[in-house]
Amino acid sequence: MSTATTSPEPPAGDGIQSPGPSRLNPLAAARRRLRTGELGAWPVIIGLIVIWAVFQSLNDAFLTPQNLSNLALQIAATGTISVGVVLVLLLGEIDLSVGSVAGVGAAVLAVLTVRNGWGDVAAIIAVVVLGVLIGILHGSVFARLGVPAFVVTLAGNIGWQGLQLYLLSPEGTINLPYTGPIGDLTHTNLSTPLGWVVGAIAVGLYAVAVLVDSQRRRAAGLPIRKPVGSLLRVAGLAVLVAATVAVLNAWQGVPVALLIFVGLVVLVDLMLRRTRYGRGIFAVGGNVEAARRAGINVSLIRISVFALTSALAAFGGILTASRGFSASQSTGASDTLLIAIAAAVVGGVSLFGGRGSTYGALLGSLVLGSITSGMFLLQLNSAVRFMITAAVLLAAVILDSLSRRGRRASGRQ
Amino acid sequence: MTGTPVLAMSGISKRFGAVQALSDVSLEVNTGEVVALVGDNGAGKSTLIKVIAGVNPADNGEVRWEGRPVQIGKPSDATALGIATVYQDLALCDNLDVVANLFLGREVTRVGVLDEIAMERRSRELLTSLSVRLPSVRVPAAGLSGGQRQSVAIARSLLGEPKLVLLDEPTAALGVAQTAEVLDLIERLRGRGLGVLLISHQLADVRAVADRVVVLRLGRNAGVFDPDRTSQEEIVQAITGALDNAVTRRRARVEEGTATAPRSPDEDQPA
Ligand SMILES: Nc1ncnc2c1ncn2[C@@H]1O[C@H](COP(=O)(O)OP(=O)(O)OP(=O)(O)O)[C@@H](O)[C@H]1O
Ligand SMILES: [Mg+2]
Repeated sequence: MSTATTSPEPPAGDGIQSPGPSRLNPLAAARRRLRTGELGAWPVIIGLIVIWAVFQSLNDAFLTPQNLSNLALQIAATGTISVGVVLVLLLGEIDLSVGSVAGVGAAVLAVLTVRNGWGDVAAIIAVVVLGVLIGILHGSVFARLGVPAFVVTLAGNIGWQGLQLYLLSPEGTINLPYTGPIGDLTHTNLSTPLGWVVGAIAVGLYAVAVLVDSQRRRAAGLPIRKPVGSLLRVAGLAVLVAATVAVLNAWQGVPVALLIFVGLVVLVDLMLRRTRYGRGIFAVGGNVEAARRAGINVSLIRISVFALTSALAAFGGILTASRGFSASQSTGASDTLLIAIAAAVVGGVSLFGGRGSTYGALLGSLVLGSITSGMFLLQLNSAVRFMITAAVLLAAVILDSLSRRGRRASGRQ
Repeated sequence: MTGTPVLAMSGISKRFGAVQALSDVSLEVNTGEVVALVGDNGAGKSTLIKVIAGVNPADNGEVRWEGRPVQIGKPSDATALGIATVYQDLALCDNLDVVANLFLGREVTRVGVLDEIAMERRSRELLTSLSVRLPSVRVPAAGLSGGQRQSVAIARSLLGEPKLVLLDEPTAALGVAQTAEVLDLIERLRGRGLGVLLISHQLADVRAVADRVVVLRLGRNAGVFDPDRTSQEEIVQAITGALDNAVTRRRARVEEGTATAPRSPDEDQPA
């Protein structure tokens, strides 16, 4: 994406060939991406547009501010869990315990606040720390003892659900108060002007980042993107943000829970792409042996990623409890795990490790959330929803495998 | 060949259980010199490289670095001295671009954030100075040819400003054009004043770039040759041991007039 198109000055590296015609022609570039398997986010964006068009044509309540606002709130909790799943998938591993960890997180939250009288904020922090500890346990058994992650987290899946049931017995459900920070997490909306201000700040920050980057590149004598391209990207984001804020403001305002979810997506993405730690995660997911030889502490990366994943799962549990004002034995159970993993995969995160981004969790959550919401509007039950979700998931996995094969064939001739 | 060699080893022995992989081996590499290490399968070439790289320290023997006696007990000792090792494979992450691969494990940061611009600039400078041709420094390594991958792996070893580069069969998996690409690169390393120790089974390649050819046979030195003044047959004879006595030498000269270099797939990646 960040490759050069033109350069005002001769590029510093003469050995690096100037971009060929295929780079300048968008159609040829698209074909090359298709062939080499570097598809990026396009399949899921196109899929989302198709799904929205279909549901809107079947029921015109689908693309209304109210329904879209509900959709935004619905995806915040599992989407947060899905961001953590992206991290383990980038390592080429899997975490089957995220649903149960979310459940146990919700249960501990309720037990601490309702039964033991802890303050909301202290309880939230405690639950996230608990998530970190659970993840360190999973990660250590995997990284130090060499037990496959799939088995470790399967044990976690069963075990943490057991703890959740134990903590919530005998009632089975603990109701949370309607007031206070926990409930507010998912029941607060920004005022109309504040929504616009937040949106404007986000776009402004992005524009500044793009500008600073291209100025530094120019100063360093590196090829830069055409100004038109940069302008289009900023304008594209501005339109997207403006449309979202306008729609959400037309109902009850921008939900804070959505802001938290999107904030986590952006934050974790920056960590992945802009820090040495994130580079280490991609390296371990791409080629463990190369990472080890480059001096990267592979075990530390693995353990910390499992810790982050469980912490995000626990926080997702908090959001779920907040939204329903309760922690129950079914919190985080049933399809939470499957949807969280499916969202990441549908969002283009490769199951083979080393490829994908947290924006995949956002897009994938939107796709799966839209299917759920559309089915609900059409008054179809879970049976149909499951089958359609399965088809979308399968399509995403097939695409992943095909693009992997494409990369194999195009590289290393 | 004046001045002290950058690396001088003598009396190097290494035993693996019952196998005496190296016995009393000597080797010198000067700055700005390409030394080829040749020998039949199992002759101990990779073992010697691993001794120098600190992966498998020698049992006994003396190692001198720029004239000083040194101990190379672990890989970081070798790196600290200025020894870089390029293994044939397992070196690149296919999912990362060229810049990320070059700087893997030693990324440049600015206030905790990766400084992509500084890394990209240095990558381009480095690759340009080595005349490595790539479609772009931002393509993932998966999209590179075998020769380009090997070139990137070699370029990467130079970021640590080494004085000696060890290459274990850098051309084993490459076609003709790609081999030429890598051999050119090796000559450029020499041009930069680096010492290069190169293992290869392709005697034609060896003769093309090496200043000296060191032959190992069954873990012992079996001669040092100047490729400009030695025929390929003579080197082959040293490798196969046909020089051991005059009779076999004579027979070999008659029978192996058309002998070709032994080849082997590279099977000895260090664990
Ligand atoms: N880690 C080890 N443990 C036991 N024996 C070993 C080990 N490494 C090498 N050897 C033995 O030492 C001898 C020399 O092996 P080495 O790999 O150095 O040969 P080589 O010259 O690199 O051969 P090739 O051309 O096949 O790569 C062989 O007999 C080999 O079996
Ligand atoms: Mg070998």
